[in-house]
Amino acid sequence: MALDETNNAFVRFDRVQKSYDGESLVVKDLNLDIPKGEFLTMLGPSGSGKTTCLMMLAGFETATHGEILLDGVSINNIPPHKRGIGMVFQNYALFPHMTVAENLSFPLEVRNMGKSEREAKVKRALDMVEMGDFGGRRPAQLSGGQQQRIALARALVFEPELVLMDEPLGALDKQLREKMQFEITRLAHNLGITVVYVTHDQTEALTMSDRVAVFNDGVIQQIDAPDVLYEQPKNSFVAQFIGENNTLEGVIEDIKNDVALVKLDNGDVIDAKPVNVSAKGERTRVSIRPERVEFRKDRLKKGAHLLNAEVLEVIYMGDILRTRLNVAGNTEFIVKTRNAPDQTRLTVGEVIEIGWLPEDCRALDA
Amino acid sequence: MSDTTTSLVAADGTPLKRKLAQSLMRSRARAFGLALPLLAFILVLFVYPIANFLTQAFYDARFATLMPGTTEVLKDWDAVSAPTEEMAAVLVADLVVSKKEKTIGKVATRVNRELSGTRSLFTKTARSAKKMEAPYMEALIKKDKDWGDIEVWQAMKTASRVYTPAYLAAAVDLKMLADGSIVRQDEDRRIHVILFWRTLEISFLVTLFCFMLGYPVAYMLSTLPARTSNLLLILVLLPFWTSLLVRTTAWIAMLQAQGVLNDLFVVFGLAADDDRFSLIYNKTGTLIAMTHILLPFMILPLYSVMKTIPPSYVRAAKSMGATNWTAFWRVYFPQSVPGIGAGALLVFILAIGYYITPALVGGQDGQMISNFIDFHMRKSLNWNLAAAMGLVMLVFVLFMFWIYDRIVGIDNMKLG
Repeated sequence: MALDETNNAFVRFDRVQKSYDGESLVVKDLNLDIPKGEFLTMLGPSGSGKTTCLMMLAGFETATHGEILLDGVSINNIPPHKRGIGMVFQNYALFPHMTVAENLSFPLEVRNMGKSEREAKVKRALDMVEMGDFGGRRPAQLSGGQQQRIALARALVFEPELVLMDEPLGALDKQLREKMQFEITRLAHNLGITVVYVTHDQTEALTMSDRVAVFNDGVIQQIDAPDVLYEQPKNSFVAQFIGENNTLEGVIEDIKNDVALVKLDNGDVIDAKPVNVSAKGERTRVSIRPERVEFRKDRLKKGAHLLNAEVLEVIYMGDILRTRLNVAGNTEFIVKTRNAPDQTRLTVGEVIEIGWLPEDCRALDA
Repeated sequence: MSDTTTSLVAADGTPLKRKLAQSLMRSRARAFGLALPLLAFILVLFVYPIANFLTQAFYDARFATLMPGTTEVLKDWDAVSAPTEEMAAVLVADLVVSKKEKTIGKVATRVNRELSGTRSLFTKTARSAKKMEAPYMEALIKKDKDWGDIEVWQAMKTASRVYTPAYLAAAVDLKMLADGSIVRQDEDRRIHVILFWRTLEISFLVTLFCFMLGYPVAYMLSTLPARTSNLLLILVLLPFWTSLLVRTTAWIAMLQAQGVLNDLFVVFGLAADDDRFSLIYNKTGTLIAMTHILLPFMILPLYSVMKTIPPSYVRAAKSMGATNWTAFWRVYFPQSVPGIGAGALLVFILAIGYYITPALVGGQDGQMISNFIDFHMRKSLNWNLAAAMGLVMLVFVLFMFWIYDRIVGIDNMKLG
């Protein structure tokens, strides 16, 4: 993916702000470039401003300040129906008084397309989502997953270059959701469309997207590819929000050669990678992923700092073992280990030593 | 295999169906018991009186019970040949009895309905009936030559029917003759059909005005944030907490020739001071006042339906390229139809039976069928005709329901 962020963005948010009440900002100074063909997910807790951004892009909300550009043209004053952006809504918004085929035909009708052309396109769109036989049904006669497919087909049938999706899979059960995640990404890549996808489900964001923008408090906290986001969170909000995460709190003792010496609150000292801490004496929150914690010394570097840990609970989950430890006063410290034949089984009450690679342990803002 | 499916038995050997009925019996009995007081209330004070009253539309045993002998001989009379001496004799005997029992007034009233002007004939004759001697026909004619007129006897024959379509016929400007045939009422006496049409016209126009005024209001209410819309809903409901009489009289103050509205028209030069608009005591007044009073009945069902239409539908339509109007007309409006149906039906049916408002502000041409029913109930005391007109209305309203069910479907109606 070529990211030419200066002038080749397909969608651009340029210093966009949004306020509903004139007293607080829901979106604070948003700058975002989305290149053509990208699958970008806006991820964040509710109230973080992600849906507002999507609605501004669709034209249902107006930006209080700043500009939104689509293909180089400011769309601030273009009404939604002239933007040509496809949209999939949270509850699908399939028109209940029309059949599936009529629903799909609607965007083509308002474009004054001829009957035979409409029918051909509707058929193609239905086939695309494997719903070719359902044209005569009413939305109420379809299951949730089928409705979701129709909603997708309807957003794509008029061949928009940009498609917005507002938590489209929220109402589906887990299995169906995973299937649809795959379908949506497959379709998006095959058709080469640009997708802006809003969700609060981080797994969905990680599995589907080219890039994920993590929203909190009206600000993009980090925007990166899923693996970067997961492995190299830039602040403790992102570290907490994406995936499972262990935190230990302490003070920076020293920073040398891109390694920070952190003195934890119980007196133990560990190595960590300084991310958004800079000065000695600063308070920090250290973040370690549960699967990066190691309790077999042969796998650790020599001279690595080790911590004592008491095993509090071992949960058997089939593919993995989830062990809850008491580490430096944190009794919610989780370690995940693969359920492999050679894996040591821990027992409750046992006291072990744990450690990790310094680069897996990130010193973030407190 | 077929044995087990046709007659499943419970663990103790009784058939499963009976067991199920037994176990449901208690909860059914309790549910019935809870509804019983209301059911009794409705049956005794609502269903029975109305049904009883409505039977008067086609059941009138007054003449038959008070003049039993005459009724008997009139039955055999063909209503064409001259009245016989026997009929006259029986009539005189009946008149003697009814005079003694002081029921002659009722008899006279009943016959008078069939042939006006006969009331005094009966009361007068009854007074001297005791002294009459055979031949009775001559005696009767001597008392009043009208007894020689066959129409009097035909009127009695008509009145003697216990089950009679005469009132229902009268309610729709028809007239039943003594031989049982039904013809149209004389031209100058046809008033009911015009009245029914006017009632329909007023109800239809009121429904239309309520819809035109109420739809935008309901739409606005449904789109506003809950706090504001609740506040505004109170304003919609406010009229409900004010007496109907007060609201109607307020309109009199507003609309009369020297009223607020006409004064404003004069001030702004829209009307000459000596040629003011007649906005009240006519159909216009009835329409204005009824539209105002019935408006909440349109707004509330509309609001409750519109509230359930998610904004995402219209947004989806717009995102697909529909203009505001197309999105409204093709997506929003069809989904608000159940509310329109409920509101329109409610307003129309309420309007069709409206009484107080047309009575107060309707003048001559703003009167509705209910005002005539009232007239027959309280002034002319012709309850049978009042019941007949009521029955015609009821049948018509039920017919409207049926039409509505055919077109929209009754289960498509949402009242909230």
